[in-house]
Amino acid sequence: MSLLTEKKPAAGVPVPQSKRPGPARRKGAAGRFAVSGFLWVYAVIAVAPLLVMVVSSLRTTREMARNPLALPLNPNFASYSKAWVEASFGTFFVNSLLVTVGSVLISTIVSLMAAYVLARSKSRVTGIIEAVFLSGLMLPVYLAILPVFYLLDSMGLVDNKFGLIMVYAALSIPFSVFVLTSFFRQLPLELEEAARIDGAGSFTMFWHIMLPLVKPAIATVVVFRFVPIWNDFFYPLILMRSKENYTLPVGLTTFFGEYQTDWPTLFAGLVIATIPLVVLFLVATKQIVAGLTAGMSK
Amino acid sequence: MVQADQLSRPKPRKRSPRPAGTALGWPATVIFLAPAVIIFAVFVLLPMITAFSYSFFDWQGTARGAFSGIENFFTLFTAEPFKSDLPRALMHNLLLFAGAMVFQNTVGLAIASFLYKRKRFKKLFQTLYTLPYLVSPLVIGYLWTLLLSPLFGPVNALLKAIGLGELAQPWLGQPSTALWVIVLVTAWQWLGFPILLYGAALGGIPEELTEAASLDGATAWQRFRSITLPLLTSAIGTVSILTFIGSMEALALPYAMGGSTGSPAGATDVLSLMFYRTAFESGASNAIGVSSALATMMFIFIFGVALAFTSIIRRRERKLS
Repeated sequence: MSLLTEKKPAAGVPVPQSKRPGPARRKGAAGRFAVSGFLWVYAVIAVAPLLVMVVSSLRTTREMARNPLALPLNPNFASYSKAWVEASFGTFFVNSLLVTVGSVLISTIVSLMAAYVLARSKSRVTGIIEAVFLSGLMLPVYLAILPVFYLLDSMGLVDNKFGLIMVYAALSIPFSVFVLTSFFRQLPLELEEAARIDGAGSFTMFWHIMLPLVKPAIATVVVFRFVPIWNDFFYPLILMRSKENYTLPVGLTTFFGEYQTDWPTLFAGLVIATIPLVVLFLVATKQIVAGLTAGMSK
Repeated sequence: MVQADQLSRPKPRKRSPRPAGTALGWPATVIFLAPAVIIFAVFVLLPMITAFSYSFFDWQGTARGAFSGIENFFTLFTAEPFKSDLPRALMHNLLLFAGAMVFQNTVGLAIASFLYKRKRFKKLFQTLYTLPYLVSPLVIGYLWTLLLSPLFGPVNALLKAIGLGELAQPWLGQPSTALWVIVLVTAWQWLGFPILLYGAALGGIPEELTEAASLDGATAWQRFRSITLPLLTSAIGTVSILTFIGSMEALALPYAMGGSTGSPAGATDVLSLMFYRTAFESGASNAIGVSSALATMMFIFIFGVALAFTSIIRRRERKLS
């Protein structure tokens, strides 16, 4: 009898005789359930607005006016072609890609070279240079926009993608130098000493021996600088004059004035500006997390 | 966007006793450093120094006039519209900071401490929580403007659908709610960052500590309160500094939700918007002088507070170790 009841306790009926699944353990299970529930609820809160953005871009204005919450039963991609062609998002997209890739490329190359020297040199001068670079991490540098504007103006680089690329490259140097220098510092000196004995010059050593070793840090820097540059709207808002030079974010600001009532197209524009980041995040979660937590680890 | 930076790092290590045995000679050092130094100096450092100098001159349009000392700074506190805009905008920035702090040190900390020990779906949760943080604040701002629209915004529609129709309102159209909406949206977007950083810090706490306390009969809350939380001090400090810098610099999100004037009626104005208006939209003849004075004050305020915070945390850390 007792054997039977132990084997098959009716659901929900407490079994006071048995000791193992006591109240503590049941409480633990309930606690775990509550924790999972909490995590899922917040996951919904975090992502739902972004999902609504995608869903709404596939509906029509009339559908949305009738029922703002429904799903796109027959998805309509017209909003995307409208945003891409008519609202010039195609141009903005290419500009954003060009500016972001160009500036990340330049800043990564110059930061790699500088970081190597800063990590290996022990002189006071390089120490000061490193401190100056790092101060750029804490200063609200965009407040220097007026002098930047006049500087570019004097070089004929206002309303010019190359000018914007150089500004972004310069702004990326502090973070890139910071991450790369701490990475170079962890590499043992023996490798270089051995290479030096073999007669390698500084450049050979840097290119053939050090660079392959810092690949993970390079990935972090590249991926992690991509995001803020892709997202920035302030510099192009001030520095770009003609629409054919706009990047996506600054394109969005004019677009929201022009297409006020065309909701699906507005949502489509937001999705276009966001998709590259989501793709990047999905393929490079590791690097993004590493970039975010740079400096937190020991 | 602000990155986790050197704030939480220990001071640069002591110079090692190795003699000047650098791997590189001086010529190579100069060649390797030059590109980064030149680009940084020309496009960041010099403009910043120039911006400071601009604030001490009286400008006529783009022509620099006479040296005017602290006249421009004086203007910010005595002349309209600055006199009334400045304290209000600063107050709004501080509210953004407070909102984010409250949200990330309750919900964010709870999520991080639930998440770091999990095996199932940990990556998925991390990804979902971080997504809003990666999306441009401008996109987030426009997105919420649409979602909260009084006409066919999904938020009001949802409230009506679940029987709370009387709560539906023009969220961004009235001064009583607009700022709170921006505070909440900012905190919501930012939360992924503290979750990741707290998670990384929690991962670094040796398990033996909490296990030992557990064997001694400490409850989960006691373990959290007296072991985990003290060890998180430096992570919380770092995140707080970055939150502060981010809140003081906030621009894109308020711009998308309230425009450059902080509508309705300045209810969503922040310091950066004020700077933007003064520099580019006021049309005043001395726009450059006054806006540069404002920028200089923001520089000093943000950098000063960040430095002070950092040194306090360092002292705390030393006491703990």
